[in-house]
Amino acid sequence: MAEPIIQLTGVNKWFGSFHVLRDVDLSVAAGERIVVCGPSGSGKSTLIRCINGLEEHQEGRIVVDGVELTDELGSVDRVRREVGMVFQQWNLFPHLTALENLTLAPTQVLKLPRAEAEERAREQLRRVHIERHADKYPGQLSGGEQQRVAIARALCMQPRIMLFDEPTSALDPEMVKEVLDAMLELAQGGMTMLVVTHEMGFARSVADRVVFMDQGRIVEQKAPREFFGNPEHERTRDFLAKVLPR
Amino acid sequence: MAAPSAAGPSAPAGVARPPPPRPGGARAWLRASLFGSPSSAAATLLLLAGLAWLLPRALDWLLFRAVFRADYEACRALEYTGACWGFVAEKHRLVLFGRYPWGEHWRPLLATLILVATLALSGHPRAWRRGLLAVWAVALAAFVLLMRGGVLGLSRVESGSWGGLPLTIILTVVAMAASLPLGIGLALGRRSRLPLLRAVSTLYIELVRGVPLITVLFVASFLFPLLLPAGLRLDALGRVALGMTLFQAAYMAEVVRAGLQALPRGQGEAAAALGLSTWQAQRRVILPQALLLVIPNFVNSLLSTFLDTSLVTVVSIYDLTGALRLALGDPLWRNFFLEGYLFVAAIYFTCCLAMSRYSRWLEGRLSSGRRR
Amino acid sequence: MKRGRLSWSTRSGRALAWQAALLLLLVLCGWALASHAAGSLAERQIRTGFGFLGQRAGFDIGEGPVPYGPADSYLRAFAAGLANTLRVSLLGILLATPLGALVGLGRLSRNLLLRGLCGAWVEVLRNVPLVIQLFAWYLAITELLPEAASPLLLAPHVFLSKGGLQLPLPALAGGLSLELPEVTAFGVQGGLSLTPEFLALLAGLTTATSASIAEVVRAGVLAVPRGQAEAALALGLSRRQLVRKVLLPQALRVIVPPLTSQYLNLTKNSSLAVAIGYPDVVSIANTAINQSGQALECILLIMAVYLTVNLCTALLMNLYNRRVALVER
Repeated sequence: MAEPIIQLTGVNKWFGSFHVLRDVDLSVAAGERIVVCGPSGSGKSTLIRCINGLEEHQEGRIVVDGVELTDELGSVDRVRREVGMVFQQWNLFPHLTALENLTLAPTQVLKLPRAEAEERAREQLRRVHIERHADKYPGQLSGGEQQRVAIARALCMQPRIMLFDEPTSALDPEMVKEVLDAMLELAQGGMTMLVVTHEMGFARSVADRVVFMDQGRIVEQKAPREFFGNPEHERTRDFLAKVLPR
Repeated sequence: MAAPSAAGPSAPAGVARPPPPRPGGARAWLRASLFGSPSSAAATLLLLAGLAWLLPRALDWLLFRAVFRADYEACRALEYTGACWGFVAEKHRLVLFGRYPWGEHWRPLLATLILVATLALSGHPRAWRRGLLAVWAVALAAFVLLMRGGVLGLSRVESGSWGGLPLTIILTVVAMAASLPLGIGLALGRRSRLPLLRAVSTLYIELVRGVPLITVLFVASFLFPLLLPAGLRLDALGRVALGMTLFQAAYMAEVVRAGLQALPRGQGEAAAALGLSTWQAQRRVILPQALLLVIPNFVNSLLSTFLDTSLVTVVSIYDLTGALRLALGDPLWRNFFLEGYLFVAAIYFTCCLAMSRYSRWLEGRLSSGRRR
Repeated sequence: MKRGRLSWSTRSGRALAWQAALLLLLVLCGWALASHAAGSLAERQIRTGFGFLGQRAGFDIGEGPVPYGPADSYLRAFAAGLANTLRVSLLGILLATPLGALVGLGRLSRNLLLRGLCGAWVEVLRNVPLVIQLFAWYLAITELLPEAASPLLLAPHVFLSKGGLQLPLPALAGGLSLELPEVTAFGVQGGLSLTPEFLALLAGLTTATSASIAEVVRAGVLAVPRGQAEAALALGLSRRQLVRKVLLPQALRVIVPPLTSQYLNLTKNSSLAVAIGYPDVVSIANTAINQSGQALECILLIMAVYLTVNLCTALLMNLYNRRVALVER
């Protein structure tokens, strides 16, 4: 196996006295697609938020694309440039149009000229099939459209890794598919993806590996066929029994 | 509930149609809102009786028996049975412009009109762009030029002789405008990750909000001359304006902080995840939204600052309130203080009512703009 | 997360550096102001320190629960002023609260006329500066009321005139009795006497604050979600039960914090006493500044007084909030 693009070693984190991440070890190869699942409060969101430094871990090491996340000033910035993130509540900036949402970071962070940033933005909007909404404000778009804009916004920074934090949980059921389709296309393009989701269908068809977390620990991680067909742990079986349709 | 037949024979079931007319119309509504229940009816009768007693007397005094000419003898002859608006006719220029030289009153008048027009212009969301700052710079320069003079053949009038309405308005505008950047700084400081900065900002905000404005005005007029080095020495008006700014900044900080707190955390996180630095995130993402959110509160603070300026009369600045007291210093007209206070109160009231109506309009407009 | 050594290139290092710079800046500013102030004080031959508090003040204070004469010290003058501040504030709060609550509920009434009048009360009082209201009250009392020698008789032994309000005073001399004011050729003598300054300040503070309290009460009642009333009515509660058992307890939770800040506002606004010559702590300080020149010390004293009042109120508030806070997970 080649050098992993993400490497977590012995990561621990506490919220106050609550131990959210316990001795987490995880390594992700470039191009790998990983689905993280587990009951609510199991630490899966916190885990991926540590990977781009939105949460600080207290013990252990996180190395992303050769850069270790430390207190050094540049490290978080360098990591964030390689890592895009999509949130559950999509978090578009409501005072900017869809296009301006996409060009903000390229012009501010990468210092791209406006024209180039806009060209890049339109290309990404085309990619998620939403180009015609470029000049609308987020408030004028449906949830699914907003989430696709959010995906395009993250892609504009041309990241090597994409993190998805429950990207479909806040959507109305009829909009889930359009977002999953956009993620599927991305996966087929070879992007490294970490996806926290309850969409087991997505895990089954897209993931290279499923990581199951409970109470801050990684309980087991397997290829989807094995994970769904032959779960090893009692807690995994419990969880699957609750989320899988009978 | 209406019977299905009321829909008429032509309307097929399930098709949207206008609602049936409300029973009764305006008269029934009036009856319900005045005599809806026995206790409500009793209250209405009682209040009507009170009004019937009061209104004719008030109108008599205010209008029918009032003297409108600046005629002292006629006013005296009334023996307080009617209002002496003659006081206003006689003294309105003194009240409006204070001790500004009599022959030059067109200057404060014009200066006031310029400020009011600029304020009115700034009121419409469509005017909120960068050019507005330039308009304000020009308006303020014109104000100072007109009031102070000394150039363009205008005689020089020191700020000690300024007074009345222009003073009230300029104090309000300066205190609001200067306290906004200070307030933003304090609000950000109070939410900073640096404990010392947070402590200093919090201490300042809570300290200033804890004491009455008068204390701050005392500091301005008694302590600033002692504390500030000679190069920074300000005249009385400048000191009071600085004091009001420092006072207002603490309140402004809390207004801004409310807006910052109202933003979902995800906004800052999304900006960080995109790689924006803290400053870029504040400037491009957080502050534009937070400030837009608190614009109605901002107008409310404008209103309370406007009212607060009346306190400067305590440290001998002749704003609108102070100028009225100046006018009442005339022993001949002193007895008609009620008319004087009504006149000035009406000015304040009209301005404030306009501002609060405007704030409500703006709130509706902004909140409807945010949603789809 | 690995923390390197503290240096300019780490986040914690930079945070420390910024704070050190801020501290340095504050110290420098403080030092510059202090040394300049010391210079200008020496130049004007003004003494410093709180030693002057023990000296004879030499002015008179006309009223208040702390008796005071020209021979007493500055310290005692400040005490008298503080007592006057607290007296007018507490009485103002006691009067403004019920008045404000009534007006606030009146604004929610289904009766159009009542609603309109309460609305006008609030709008007028909130949109005219308090200073103007106080001057108007003061002049109304001292100019429009009859002379002290022929006062208005409001109730048996209650007199109102240019000289103020005179009430029977309960006295504890040999059992409970009432000291009754009497009309004499020099005005009303005896009993409990309230000066025109006190009356004007009290009336102004009470009415103005009642308007603010009315808004607080109204907002509090409106803040209870509609679903609460609908649920209660669906359960078959009457309107009265709905208000008393469901709406008021919930509204109170919303009302109390802004109500407290209105109380603090009233206390702070009592400092406008200086405009009409009621001897509260601020006007005493004003007089003391003019006599002794020790502005810094006097202003620090006023600030200390108000901050203490604020802190005490905040403490009480926290206790109350802990009691009424909703149990939530």
